[in-house]
Amino acid sequence: MDKHKYLQYFSQGKILRFLVWFKLSTIRSGLICKLKMILGEIDVTQITLIVNGTRHKEDIPDYMLFADFIRERLKLTGTHVGCDTSQCGTCVIHIDGKSVKSCTMLAVQADGGNVTTIEGLADGDVLHPMQQSFHENHGLQCGFCTPGMIMSAIELIDGKPNISESEIRQGLEGNLCRCTGYQNIVKSIQEAAKFEYG
Amino acid sequence: MYSFNYLKPLSIEDAASLLSESGEHKVISGGMTLIPTLKQRLTRVEKLIGLEKCRLNGIKLEGEFLKIGAMLTHSEVSESDVVKVENPAVAELASHIGDRQVRNRGTIGGSLANNDPSACYPAAILALGGIIHTTKGNIKAEKFFVDLFETALEEDEIITAISLPKPDVAAYEKFPNPASRYAMVGVFVAKFNSEVRVAVTGAGEEGVFRCSEIETALMDEFSSDALSDITISADGLMSDIHAEADYRAHLIVEMAKRAVKKSASR
Repeated sequence: MDKHKYLQYFSQGKILRFLVWFKLSTIRSGLICKLKMILGEIDVTQITLIVNGTRHKEDIPDYMLFADFIRERLKLTGTHVGCDTSQCGTCVIHIDGKSVKSCTMLAVQADGGNVTTIEGLADGDVLHPMQQSFHENHGLQCGFCTPGMIMSAIELIDGKPNISESEIRQGLEGNLCRCTGYQNIVKSIQEAAKFEYG
Repeated sequence: MYSFNYLKPLSIEDAASLLSESGEHKVISGGMTLIPTLKQRLTRVEKLIGLEKCRLNGIKLEGEFLKIGAMLTHSEVSESDVVKVENPAVAELASHIGDRQVRNRGTIGGSLANNDPSACYPAAILALGGIIHTTKGNIKAEKFFVDLFETALEEDEIITAISLPKPDVAAYEKFPNPASRYAMVGVFVAKFNSEVRVAVTGAGEEGVFRCSEIETALMDEFSSDALSDITISADGLMSDIHAEADYRAHLIVEMAKRAVKKSASR
């Protein structure tokens, strides 16, 4: 193909052109972001934390949400983001043994913390008792809320083998299931409490 | 979210001086209101000053007063043995704020500084006649809550602790919005040796307020029956999609009755 023809083909190939432009623009914006970080326009902080037993040291922009850090930097996509208003609870993780909504804290605030996400519960192929209980009691339908439900539930039942149904329902105030599959979620949690502490 | 710089000063003095540098700076404790607001770009900050390293998280008894550090989370307050013994109504109130994950991060100081018209803590602090300790001195509860989301705090003033006197009996009862669980009306009743103080949250157009009609009735006789003939005027109460002002007026009396009953059962 001579140069003239190639250019003609290229000028007509709108899709190809778009793809080239898109690729270049993402590279460019990535470079600008890096450059800004180096020049100090965007402030960067180094954080050190333990996630699921592994130590991580990362440079992050100060405004980065912890949920984004977990999903995009560590690629632990089991932690979900279902809303932007801190209501749904699909992003719940444990930090120093306490359940928190990772979309409503900053990554810089997790500095020095010991974090457990849904990926850190199972031991190889052996599921955590709470995961096992959800599995056995059909505690999930579409599965989107499940990681958050499980992380919340583990803290909720801690030391309470005889936790009542109403206690569980109240304790799940911060987690929403859009399949409305609460019946089996509550059952799963109650069973897990008996199994783990009973 | 707009970009900002996050700082972690090691003392409250440093935090206060950083805050005074510019009106574009803000302090953050639990961030349970501030982070969602930042995410929605409803506000922007140049520097966010985190108070986590400022050591504001002690609970101790100082004479008659229970002194609670501003950075204590709602979970910590609700699970504290000292609070449970000295001021059980406050521990119980803290255990019903938001959801569990919010209670694990949200703090008493942050809640008071924000002064949300539906927040629970302001009712307790006002009814108990607490004192808010800040980097610039002490503010009495009566002077502290000014208007919706507005307090007597100056631009560069930070809450460090809250002192609460011990009542003879006290209780808090709220009617949560069925969806958001925020208090549509919350009433804190506190009986002291010589007076009864009642504060209402979630209802007033200017935020938390004391309800003199109920206080007077309870001074004569501290029982829920004493409130059976009381009606509260709907003037100055909020009306929104969740409840009209007259419904809130009705709820105030109802919640007060329940709070009195609850306090008697302690």
